[in-house]
Amino acid sequence: MGVALSLFSKVRGGVHPPGYKSFTEDKAIREIKASSTIFMPLQQHVGTQCAPRVKKGDEVRVGTVIGDSEAYVSAPIHSSVSGKVIQVAPHVHPTFGDVLSVLIENDEKYEIDPSVKAPGTWKDMDAGELRRGIRKAGIVGLGGAAFPTHVKLNPPREFAIDTVILNAVECEPYLTSDYRLLLEQPESLLEGLRIIMKVVGAAAGIIAIEDNKPEALKKMREVASANGFQVASLKTRYPQGAEKILIRSLLGRRVPEGGLPMHVGVIVNNVGTAHAIANYFSTGMPLIKRVVTVTGSPVSNPSNLMVPLGTTFENVIEACGGFKQEPNKVIMGGPMMGLAQFTLDVPVIKATSGILALSAAEAKYSVPTEPVCIRCARCVDSCPMGLNPSYLAAYAYHEKWEELERLRIDDCMECGCCTYGCPTKNPIVQLVKMGKVEMARRKARDEKTEEELASLKDKDKDKGGDRAGV
Amino acid sequence: MRDAINTRKIMLHVIFALTPLTIFSLAIHGLAAFSVLLSCIGGALLGEFIMVSVRHLPFTLDDFSALLTGLLLALTMPPLLPWWIALVAGLVATILGKQMFGGIGHNMFNPALVGRAVVFVSWPGYFAAGYAKSAAIGLANTTAHKTIQGAVDVVNGATPLAAMKIVYDPAGAIGVPQGLHGSNYYGPLFLANPWGCIGEVSALLLILGGIYLIATRVIDWRIPVGYIASLAVLTAFTGRDPLFYALAGGLLIGAFFMATDYTTSPMSRRGKLVYAFGLGTTTWLLRLSSNYPEGVMFSILFMNALVPLIDRYVLPQPFSKPLAAEGDKEAEEALPA
Repeated sequence: MGVALSLFSKVRGGVHPPGYKSFTEDKAIREIKASSTIFMPLQQHVGTQCAPRVKKGDEVRVGTVIGDSEAYVSAPIHSSVSGKVIQVAPHVHPTFGDVLSVLIENDEKYEIDPSVKAPGTWKDMDAGELRRGIRKAGIVGLGGAAFPTHVKLNPPREFAIDTVILNAVECEPYLTSDYRLLLEQPESLLEGLRIIMKVVGAAAGIIAIEDNKPEALKKMREVASANGFQVASLKTRYPQGAEKILIRSLLGRRVPEGGLPMHVGVIVNNVGTAHAIANYFSTGMPLIKRVVTVTGSPVSNPSNLMVPLGTTFENVIEACGGFKQEPNKVIMGGPMMGLAQFTLDVPVIKATSGILALSAAEAKYSVPTEPVCIRCARCVDSCPMGLNPSYLAAYAYHEKWEELERLRIDDCMECGCCTYGCPTKNPIVQLVKMGKVEMARRKARDEKTEEELASLKDKDKDKGGDRAGV
Repeated sequence: MRDAINTRKIMLHVIFALTPLTIFSLAIHGLAAFSVLLSCIGGALLGEFIMVSVRHLPFTLDDFSALLTGLLLALTMPPLLPWWIALVAGLVATILGKQMFGGIGHNMFNPALVGRAVVFVSWPGYFAAGYAKSAAIGLANTTAHKTIQGAVDVVNGATPLAAMKIVYDPAGAIGVPQGLHGSNYYGPLFLANPWGCIGEVSALLLILGGIYLIATRVIDWRIPVGYIASLAVLTAFTGRDPLFYALAGGLLIGAFFMATDYTTSPMSRRGKLVYAFGLGTTTWLLRLSSNYPEGVMFSILFMNALVPLIDRYVLPQPFSKPLAAEGDKEAEEALPA
C-alpha cells in the first residue's frame, strides 16, 4: 500500500541536476577489509568531541569503546578492527582539519570484543532503555549530518511526535548507498523504523523514496504493505531529501525557521541509521562500518562498499580498482553538498556517505572567482528556503555582515541549488558559508566583549565606583 | 556541479526570440531599417569595446549582451531614422547606460532605453519624421491598412497611437474620420504594422517570442503578464480600449523584452509583481495625460529607479515563519499542528 504524492510533493524551488546514478545503482553492496592502520577521529558527530578511552599500547577488538564523552550531545566511538593502539594523536580529518584520533594497527583477525552481545528483545524494552542502547552503539545520523541519534529521538515532552519518516530520498546525484540498502535489506530497515517509532511514541511510519528509484519503490511496497507501513513516492527534485523540504512535500507541514521537525510532530531518520539500529538490537554490534558509494568517471570500478570506519580514502579507492584517470577533485559526499578533500589519507568516518571523484572537465568551475552577478534571479527562484542567495553572497564578499542577519542567512541550509544554476558561475554557496562563519565569529566575539565589559562594571561597582548613583 | 547555462546562452535565446520579428521588419521597411539596425548594433558594440579597453577589463563582447542591447535598441527606433542618430544611441546605450555604472549586472537603467531616451530628447524632430506612412508588401497593404492610412493622412497624425489620442480626446472628437476607430486597428497591429517603430511590426511575432522566452525559463511570466494586464485593466477602467492599448505603442516589446531585463528588474517573485503593477500604472498615466503617445519607455526607466527600493523591502517569501519566542502565545497557536 503506497501513497503516491507526486502531484503535490513538488519542491518549491530546487534544481534538477542529472542523476549519474547509473555508475553504481546496479552494484550490490560489497564488504571490504579495513586498512592496515586505521585512523579513528574522536569527532565523527555533531556535538562534543569524545575523549580517548584507550592509550598507546592497548589491545582492542572489534567493538571496543575507544572514545566516549560525558556530554549529552555526543556518542561513543568503537574500534572497527582488532589490534593494538599505535598512538592517540591529531590526524587529518575529512571535515575538520586535524582532529585527535586513535591510530590502531590492524592485526587482520577481526576478533570481536566480548562486550558485544545482543541486548535482548527490543520489544520488551521501554523508550529510555532503547535510547540508552542506541547511544551505547554509537549510532549517529548516517545521512551525512551525523547528529547523535539518541538525542534526536529524545524530544522534549511538549513536542508529541505522530509520524516518523524514514528518509530514503537520496536526492544527491551519484550516491546510491541508501538505494542499495532499500533493495538488499528492506526487512532490516523496517525493523529499525519500528524501533524508532517505539522510542518516540509515534503512531505512523512512512518510508520516503524519490521516484527515480522505481525498483526500490516496488521492493519496499511489497515488503512494507505486508507490515502496515506507508511507502511514499516523491517527485525527483533536489533537495527533496532535506528534512524540512521532505516534511513539507510529504505532510504539508512547515518546520518553523530556526526550528526542528519535532516542532511539527515529526522525526526524520535516514535509512542507514535505521539499519544500524536494527543491526545493533539483533546482534549487539555497535556502529563500526557503513555503506559508502565510491563513484565518478575517474574511478575504475565504481562500487557500493560496506567500509569499516577508519579505513583511508586511499584504501577504499584501491578496493575499487584505483583511478583510471587522474581526478581533479575528490569529494566526501555528493557533488552538491559534499566537501572536497586535499588528501586521500583521510579516514572514512560515520558521516561519509560517498567518495566522489571528478575529472578536470567535470570540475571546471572549481576555482572561486570574484562574483559577477547579472541579477537573473535563478538563485532566488531555486532557493528552497526563500532567500536571496545573490545578495547574501555579495554582502559576504563586500564584508557587510550586518545586512546578512536581516536577509536571514541562518536559514541557509547550504544545499547549493543557487550555485548550481548561476550562469556566471559565481561561488555563491561558498561565499554564504564564509559569511555565516564570519558572522558567528563576530557574534561570539561581541558576546565575549559584552561579558567582559559587564564583569568590569561589576568590579567597578564593588570598589564603590558608583558614587553618583541613587 | 554546475548547470550548463551561461550568460551567452541566455542572450542567444533572446536574440533567437527576436529574429523572426527582425526579419519581418526588414521585409516591411527595407534598407532604411537595415541601416538603423546595423548602426545601433555597431554603436553598442563599439561603445562596449571602448569602455572595456579604457577600463582595462577582460574582453566581454563575447557574452553577446552588448549585441542584444543594440538589437533591442534598433527595434525601438523609427524605421526612417538617420543612421548617425542610431549610432549615437548605440554608443550612449552601452557607454552611459551600462559601462559607466560598472558593466553588466551593475546598471540601474535599461541600457537600450537609456540610449533611446537620450537621442529621442535630443532630436525629437527626426523621431517624429522617422515613421513610415505605409509599406509596399502585401501583408501591410490590406483594406484595413488603407482605411487607416487614409484617415491618418486626413488627421496628419504621426503614429496610430497619436491618432488614437485624437480620437479619444473629448475636445477633438468631432470630425474624426471613421477609419480611426480602435477596432479597425486590431488586424494591422497584430499582423503587420508599418506605422510604428521597427519592432512594432507584428504583435503576433512579439507575443510568440515572449512565450518562447517564458517557456525556456529565460524570463519570468510575472512581469509581462502583470504589466499588460494591469495596463489593460486600468485602461478599461478609464473608458479606453484595452486591447488597442495592449497592442499599440511598443507596449509588447517593452513588456516582454525591456522590462524583463534581469539587471534592472527585481529579483524576488513578489517584487516582480509589484514592479509590473507599477509599470502598468505609470504607462497608463503617461498615456492619459502626456504628450508622448509612447509612455512605455519612460515608465520603464522610472520603475527601474525604484527597483533597488523594491528589492530592499519586498524580499522573497520565506519557507516558513520564525520559531516563536517563549511566551509568544499567539505565534505558538499559529504553528501548524
